[in-house]
Amino acid sequence: MTTMPPTSSAIPLGPTEDAQPKPHARRSVGKALLSNGATRWGGGVLLILVFMAALAPWLNTIDPTAIDPGSSNLLPWTHGEFTSLSGETQSHLFVLGSDSLGRDIWSRALYGARVSLVVGLAVTALAVAIGLGFGLLAGYFRRIDGVLMRVMDGVMAIPAILFAVSLIALFGGTLPVVVFAIAVPEIPRVARLVRSVVLGVREEPYVEAAIALDTPTWLVLVRHILPNAIAPLIIQATYVCATAILVEAILSFLGVGLPAETATWGNIMAEGRSQFNQYPHNVLAPGLLLALTVLSVNVMGDGLRDVLDPKFNKRKG
Amino acid sequence: MVAFLLRRLAATLPVLCVVALIVFLMTRLSPGDPAAAIVGDNATTENLQRVRSNLGLTQSLPVQFVKWSWKLLHGDLGESFFTKRPVTELIGQRVEPTLALAGLTLVLTVLIAVPLGALAAWRHGGVLDRTLMSFSALGFSIPAFVTGYCLIWLFAMKLQWLPVQGYVRIGEGLLPWLRNLALPATTLSIVYTALIARVTRAAVAEALTEDFIRTARAKGVGEWRVLMRHALASAAVPIITVIGIGVALLIGGVVVTESVFAIPGLGSLTVDAVLSRDFPLIQGITLFFSVIYVLVNLVVDLCYLVADPRIRY
Repeated sequence: MTTMPPTSSAIPLGPTEDAQPKPHARRSVGKALLSNGATRWGGGVLLILVFMAALAPWLNTIDPTAIDPGSSNLLPWTHGEFTSLSGETQSHLFVLGSDSLGRDIWSRALYGARVSLVVGLAVTALAVAIGLGFGLLAGYFRRIDGVLMRVMDGVMAIPAILFAVSLIALFGGTLPVVVFAIAVPEIPRVARLVRSVVLGVREEPYVEAAIALDTPTWLVLVRHILPNAIAPLIIQATYVCATAILVEAILSFLGVGLPAETATWGNIMAEGRSQFNQYPHNVLAPGLLLALTVLSVNVMGDGLRDVLDPKFNKRKG
Repeated sequence: MVAFLLRRLAATLPVLCVVALIVFLMTRLSPGDPAAAIVGDNATTENLQRVRSNLGLTQSLPVQFVKWSWKLLHGDLGESFFTKRPVTELIGQRVEPTLALAGLTLVLTVLIAVPLGALAAWRHGGVLDRTLMSFSALGFSIPAFVTGYCLIWLFAMKLQWLPVQGYVRIGEGLLPWLRNLALPATTLSIVYTALIARVTRAAVAEALTEDFIRTARAKGVGEWRVLMRHALASAAVPIITVIGIGVALLIGGVVVTESVFAIPGLGSLTVDAVLSRDFPLIQGITLFFSVIYVLVNLVVDLCYLVADPRIRY
């Protein structure tokens, strides 16, 4: 953000319009982020979730895939004993109860948080990286633009869930395939955003000056055009992340995502749905966890937008 | 008008071609051999070879694509691996429940979201505005299957007002049809309402700052009429646009909602097709939904002409 060149007000999407003098920019953005209620709340909840996922082995969990027919369908907060298939018995507090195979739902939910967060981050990184590349190319090179954007239009016309489901049906439900299948439909959205930023600044005097000075094209793109796209990209990335977490859960829930024994929130719910009328918490607990996670990512995105996109602030008035 | 229509139709052609190419390539680039899937594990090599040439898999990719597209243009989506019935027939049997669910959701959403968004913009920063904005943030974040199960738990299991699952054809009576669709349509409309209410609020808020609103108020037009007639009409274009874009959300939501409520529509057909690796069927459904999406957005563009007399193509 701090390297953003001063620009005129002709940029449609750029956040640079009200860019402040360089030395103050970084400090004020950091401060603004911390004092913004939305980023604080969303970021705080996310941080707690990240810690819980990272520290899962030490938070009263057992192997999330281990089954024990003897302790199936326990209600939440039951003290019981868990006997693994090899015959070892340990006393265990079933915080969220257990499913029909006797698996501990608390353990599955915490390890499931790992899957959700990893998928969210990996999809975001992949979609933003590819979308950024496509957007820069399409915005800067007029010849590529037509073809590339028609392809993007085509990808966007295919409903995201169907696209993901088809890819997984073809290549199997492994983690890399799931990440790729969720990321592809998000690429056009990122590419369009970056392209619009590039189109907005490519005629700016400082870009023309750089070209006139024989700056290599890649350097023009990276040093003079890319910085304008960073703020809108960060905002867009949070929404991609939220969508990715949601779609992964949907795929697992439908039984077409990661294998059913893998601990994911969608898989816990898929397992619990056949007994929903007796044990509704098996579906509702991971569902609420999922909703909370997606909500905090979305809220953080709204906060980032308020801080990083002054134009939107003005419009909101 | 006619010229615009033709130009707009011509513009959708490349998009449809790209969609067809992607769907075609998806199955052809997959590691699995469709012929092997058909003949099964115990087939001889000659058998496999025969099926492969019957399917046209021995020809080059461009030739295959042209032949496949040609059949597509004649409404031939191939035949299901498992039931051996034409894909178009299978889709045709499942269209009604999905169309009913999506249509009812659309009507419900527009009836709720547009007035709510307009009222929130009118009392900008008020209680309704803040409630609506928090609700829409929630609506974006709670997945349809979670809301679906919460609604089932409350209205079907605790209160027993509505059936838990299932679908009744509209031919068997309007009331049973509505009772069965009430919970799924509500579930599906939540995300969609969040989106449309948000955009309506922003568009109407902007319209309310325009000079003609002041003029209307100055000449004594009532507040209600200012809001509904003047501001909303001027904000119509972005609202119609987002209704069209939201159809993509709706299609994704249909798949999940039908699974939760055991509705025998295209969504559950998709899940079945994926679970049984029925590639021609998956291809057919994906193409079908993509074409619907493109057509809906074509209609949306036409609505601009009606909504905004300044737009002349």
